[in-house]
Amino acid sequence: MSEPLIYEISRAGRRAVSLPACDVPEAPFPADAVRADLPLPEVSEIDVVRHYTRLSQLNHSIDTGFYPLGSCTMKYNPKVNEVAARLPGFASLHPLQDALSAQGAMALIHSLQELLAEIAGFSAVTLQPAAGAHGELTGVLIMRKYLYDRGETQRDIILVPDSAHGTNPATTSMSGLKVMVVPSDARGNVNLEILRSLTAKHGPHLIGLMLTNPNTLGLFDENVEEVVRLVHEAGGLVYGDGANFNAILGIAKPGLLGFDVMHYNLHKTFSTPHGGGGPGSGAVGVAAFLADYLPGPIVVRDEDDEYAWQMPAKSIGRVKAFWGNFAVLVRAYTYIRMHGAEGLRQVSENAVLNANYLQARLRDVYPIPHSDRTCMHEFVAQGKLEGAPGINTMDIAKRLMDFDFHPPTVYFPLIVAEALMVEPTETESKETLDAFADTLIRIAEEARTDPELLKTAPHHAPVKRLDEVKAAKDMVLCYGPGCGG
Amino acid sequence: MNYIPNTDADRADMLAVIGVPSVADLFHDVPEKQRFPELDLPPALSEMEVLQELQALADENDDLNHVSCFLGAGAYNHFVPSVVDSLIRRGEFYSAYTPYQAEISQGTLQAHFEYQSMICALTGMETSNVSHYDGATATAEAVIMALQVGRGKRSKVVLSPTLHPQYRAVVRTYTQGMGIQIAGEDAPLGDLAALAGPAGADSACVVVQNPDFLGRLYTPAEMQGLADKVHAAGAFFIVVTDPVSLGLFVPPGQYGADVVCGEGQPMGNALSFGGPYLGFFATKLSEVRKSSGRIVGQTVDTDGKRGFVLTLSTREQHIRREKASSNICSNQALNALAAAMYLAAMGKYGLRTVAELSYHKAHYAAGLIAALDGYEVKAAGLFFKEFVVRCPKPVALINQALLDEFGILGGYDLGSDYPELKDHMLLCVTEMNSRAEIKQLVDALEELAGSDDLAALDGEEAAQ
Repeated sequence: MSEPLIYEISRAGRRAVSLPACDVPEAPFPADAVRADLPLPEVSEIDVVRHYTRLSQLNHSIDTGFYPLGSCTMKYNPKVNEVAARLPGFASLHPLQDALSAQGAMALIHSLQELLAEIAGFSAVTLQPAAGAHGELTGVLIMRKYLYDRGETQRDIILVPDSAHGTNPATTSMSGLKVMVVPSDARGNVNLEILRSLTAKHGPHLIGLMLTNPNTLGLFDENVEEVVRLVHEAGGLVYGDGANFNAILGIAKPGLLGFDVMHYNLHKTFSTPHGGGGPGSGAVGVAAFLADYLPGPIVVRDEDDEYAWQMPAKSIGRVKAFWGNFAVLVRAYTYIRMHGAEGLRQVSENAVLNANYLQARLRDVYPIPHSDRTCMHEFVAQGKLEGAPGINTMDIAKRLMDFDFHPPTVYFPLIVAEALMVEPTETESKETLDAFADTLIRIAEEARTDPELLKTAPHHAPVKRLDEVKAAKDMVLCYGPGCGG
Repeated sequence: MNYIPNTDADRADMLAVIGVPSVADLFHDVPEKQRFPELDLPPALSEMEVLQELQALADENDDLNHVSCFLGAGAYNHFVPSVVDSLIRRGEFYSAYTPYQAEISQGTLQAHFEYQSMICALTGMETSNVSHYDGATATAEAVIMALQVGRGKRSKVVLSPTLHPQYRAVVRTYTQGMGIQIAGEDAPLGDLAALAGPAGADSACVVVQNPDFLGRLYTPAEMQGLADKVHAAGAFFIVVTDPVSLGLFVPPGQYGADVVCGEGQPMGNALSFGGPYLGFFATKLSEVRKSSGRIVGQTVDTDGKRGFVLTLSTREQHIRREKASSNICSNQALNALAAAMYLAAMGKYGLRTVAELSYHKAHYAAGLIAALDGYEVKAAGLFFKEFVVRCPKPVALINQALLDEFGILGGYDLGSDYPELKDHMLLCVTEMNSRAEIKQLVDALEELAGSDDLAALDGEEAAQ
């Protein structure tokens, strides 16, 4: 199964769109500014339709199968979201039109700011950041500006647990700050002893700590309040990475646990589609004392009961043009309104139940370092099987594809060797979980009896195993002349 | 409605396997006094009810199906062929994750490779990534790349004053605390040569928009002239552009750009009140390892068959952590896919036609408005689809009357970003504006110039 490139099906003279004739007098073009050639394809409309339809069929997706990708929360994306975002009153609005001509859209933004603040226990929310990492950058800039405004300009260190997503240290560097890694303890929590020594030694230089809770081992930190206390005692702030927020809706509010800032991944927790890598939305919530630092403008309700744009008084500035990924916000709003408080709690309860069920079904077959604890919405197993020394996590992942399952997240978190990070989400049935567990058990057996079957997998995917080293070496990054290769 | 398939019987069976009595027992790690907080949320709605509520909110907005639009300033009302939204709605595309598992993500990967190819064709560059969040953040990432290449020795960033004001604001946000200096913004508007002055041995880059925020199009010779001076100073020449303009005009890759970036929304993406859009970002092959954002590369599988993978990942956060070129992870992949579908459907001639129609209609409108008493079209040089008009009354008043009385969304009020352009509006005309709409705008502007109502409103405002 393969599909030619769009350029390879191009034939001179074909057209896929009809545009109107020019109904005004033509103006002369500046000859020296007009380009000689525009090397885009020439195809007919049916070529476009078949090409992209066939390409779509080469993808695994939530709509076609189970997608237990850890820390990515690949839950079902409700179809009503797509209808909502495409209502012409939303989709055909210009971002710069007068606020009074867009009151419905601004009311939705205002409501979503308040709903998200309530769900996580914060005072104020900005919806401007476009993705989780963008929210992290926003949060770290807020923390720094707040501390520097207090005159504490010597602070330049952010503590990041060794289980953190790569975006946390990358965000810290991008903000011009230093990363200091905090190891985990034997139970998968932040190592309190080491945290104590770090805050004692570096306290006056700490901006704060970035903490994902539940963490990427799928564990709710048993000492979270002590962790928060230690950082606050040192004068630092606590940032919450909301990537794993799907585990604790109605279960715990990060704001009440002492977190000062947190980003939400609306494309994880609140069901907006991942789109093959985006768009997302990385809304950021803050405690009251940081509300003035949010990027903006945000929507406020003025004395005439009209919605208006307002830049927070000490804002870090804009992080993006316009107001945020509005059509993503419409989807998240739709999702929250359809759930209510009880529905959201059921989401997290079932996400956690499903993960614990899968962990229980697999713990006798695959090593699971922390299976003595209940996990939250995900758990981390290892692709190290007794009696199958040559088999690794990648082999198991690729073999799963032959059974139409997307593999779990592999080789992450970095602190677990041969990690297989499994997040089933609440929108999967027991039958699906059982079929997945049965398959992993079967693969473990194959690993011992027929390892070559795993080494050469996938066998039934659109392509066999791809050569990533060659791609990085050859650097063929586009089609056509001047494109390398 | 909660999309959860588990039944009570399922839950009981699963709890038995796990070995705990109840679901609540799974949460004993949460501090007890913080466990199960109340969420004060409005009651849940059915699908029918939520759609009714959303429709009511949508109906409160004056959307572009009900008004004619002459507003641009970074977000543009261009035609989107039906195939784009029809194909982008396929769940196989939109409900997939980032294509880390390449063998079962060839659809997304090949489509993004084609996107990169078409962006290279459009911009005249050698490589493209799969998108940044929007034009503003793509510009900020280009600036950060130049600063990283400058390794602290080059800490000055020269921004043209006619780079989109929101893009300049985002560059400022992204670089706060880096100890850099931003220069150039006080140069005379439209004076390219004046930007060469601040560009010296301490400069990381010069960022210029073409066509610029005020609509002005600089010729390839003018741009090359500046590029040569920037390069002589050892700095990067970053060009922000409107992709639709490249359907007609010489691409920045042919006049010395090191990075070409900008807002990709005009390529097949709905206006959607500002997002999601996509920032396109193209550079030279020699600079690609310093750039940020996901990139797809061609390779082969174990049978030697062509396939595609995410490549050069050693620049990225999930591999390099604190040493990554950026923290970007999720991007605007689906919007990039829509842009690819748009470019494929428009093709070699369609995009040129869109650009030509926009050019002709904008010039037609400018000509008529220039002839009106009280208005002055301030187009010092060439322009593409946007131009500045000095108005006889405050722009806010004119726009309010245009909307209320004529159903027209007027131009962008430049006074707040450029105090010297008080009472100036930036009008945008595209292929979507018919001759009749343009005439209606011109007639309305003429009427409003002499309107006593507006004068009265003006007085009212002054009195406040």
